Amino acid sequence: MSQAAVKIQQASPLLSVNNIEVVYDEVIQVLRGVSLDVPEGEVVTLLGPNGAGKSTTLKAISGLLKTEDGEVTRGDITFMGERIDKKNAEDVVRSGIFQVMEGRRIIEDMTSIENLKLGAYTRNDAQINQDIEMVFHYFPRLKERTGLAGYLSGGEQQMLAIGRALMARPKMICLDEPSMGLSPLLVKEVFGIIEKINKDQGITMLLVEQNANYALKAADYGYIMESGKIVLDGTQEQLLSNEDVKEFYLGGGNEERKSFKNLKSYKRRKRWL
Amino acid sequence: MNFELLIQLIVNGLIVGLLYGVIGMCFVLVYKSTQIVNFAQGEFLLVGAWVCWASLIYLELPFFLGFILSLCFMAAFGVLLQMIVLRPMIGEPIISVIMVTIGLSIFFQALMKWIFGVSPQSYPQVFDTQSINIFGLNIEMAYLMSTIIALIIMVAFYLFFKHSKHGLAMRATAFDQQVAQSLGISVKQVFAMSWGIAATVSATAGVVIGMVNGVSDSLSIMGIKVFPAVILGGLDSIVGAIVGGITIGVLENLAEFFDSQYLHIGNMYDIAPFYVLLIILWFKPYGLFGTKDIERI
Repeated sequence: MSQAAVKIQQASPLLSVNNIEVVYDEVIQVLRGVSLDVPEGEVVTLLGPNGAGKSTTLKAISGLLKTEDGEVTRGDITFMGERIDKKNAEDVVRSGIFQVMEGRRIIEDMTSIENLKLGAYTRNDAQINQDIEMVFHYFPRLKERTGLAGYLSGGEQQMLAIGRALMARPKMICLDEPSMGLSPLLVKEVFGIIEKINKDQGITMLLVEQNANYALKAADYGYIMESGKIVLDGTQEQLLSNEDVKEFYLGGGNEERKSFKNLKSYKRRKRWL
Repeated sequence: MNFELLIQLIVNGLIVGLLYGVIGMCFVLVYKSTQIVNFAQGEFLLVGAWVCWASLIYLELPFFLGFILSLCFMAAFGVLLQMIVLRPMIGEPIISVIMVTIGLSIFFQALMKWIFGVSPQSYPQVFDTQSINIFGLNIEMAYLMSTIIALIIMVAFYLFFKHSKHGLAMRATAFDQQVAQSLGISVKQVFAMSWGIAATVSATAGVVIGMVNGVSDSLSIMGIKVFPAVILGGLDSIVGAIVGGITIGVLENLAEFFDSQYLHIGNMYDIAPFYVLLIILWFKPYGLFGTKDIERI
């Protein structure tokens, strides 16, 4: 962990987002100056309440913003030293960033294997079948489900979505709320696999989550967003031990706090915004 | 009851129905991947048939060479049509796009008349024997060829959409364009490809029909006749287009049989499919095989 912190200062990060502003439909400003760095080989998480702009940040990175009439109006995004904020979604995929969209979004009227093959759409090598086996190695239960992907359970669909991302052999995967709608046990399983993939394959992960508890445990570094801005960032330990984070995202807080009277919401307003 | 005629008509219906199926597949392909109802479908047949005819008569190519040349031409034609005319229409209201395809239909019909004249032309003799006898049924060689070609096209479609990378990409785009883009698929490329394939395959059907009936304006009517077939099968189902095509093909021949034998109303051959269309739209507006979303419970 501390090694990771050192690495952030040393080398230039794999992905760096510099002070971006995003406007939808030319009028609705969603992001007001977001900056974040994702160092190579690490898991970075982006936390925050609903509507904070987490998904928008991911879409700005992956280029999918343009499919929703959104635009990066200020700032820039660089990936491996190359600007990607003006690129199309399909070109961003080719440069090595793969986004697993919120709500899994697998192709329901195709089988699991067809979905996985589609993940490898940008590749032209002959090792695609090998990689399908690799995905089945991480998610053995997908192998047993040969029917249409639309009939898979929520957890299996999430696994398929992550597996599909692996098929592209990306340098970085952006995961948008992988825990959405999953039972606690499945959330644990999915996060376990995310960490395992990160360790085995060295794929960098940018993880947007509501489930701060699991996300922070899996991540090396975290950012917290509110109303289109980053309000706090720090390493895993820093965030896990931060009183405000504990209170607002992890549940619990000060040991002595026993009643609502002691809630410190006013303090957050002062300090974060 | 004249059984011989009945069976002959049913066989004819099957053969024509397979061709309807092929044309319907093109229609569904364009509708599925680009959400455009292509009223210029019939003109693909017309243009393809004329180009093939011109390459045989003016360039004096042997049939199969001219045929392949016109297919290549039509592939480029479809792709360019999408890129130049329909790409700027992406994101415009669906009614505007439909009007554009109606405009294209009128334009190409007029253009073909202007270039090739109004009188029907026939292809030079391709087969030595005009028709062969199978189980006592008289089947024209051109029909036999059309059946084989239709079946080949159907198998090719199946393999393409089931196993090829680009086929899967087209299905993904049909399912959800944003997801397709997130996978690195270029939606524009998929659109162009679907128009290219539709134009090429339709041209094949156009040439085959042209060999039997001659090349004339009536080819473009096939584009309209295929509507009942496609709607019967469900606008967005390729299997539906085939089943619908065969059903309509057999049905119009049966209508012809009963009309000529008993009813004597006349012209049932052309009209019957549209009665069917009407009835289907009453009871099953999404067709027999139209999209049913998967709902997990």
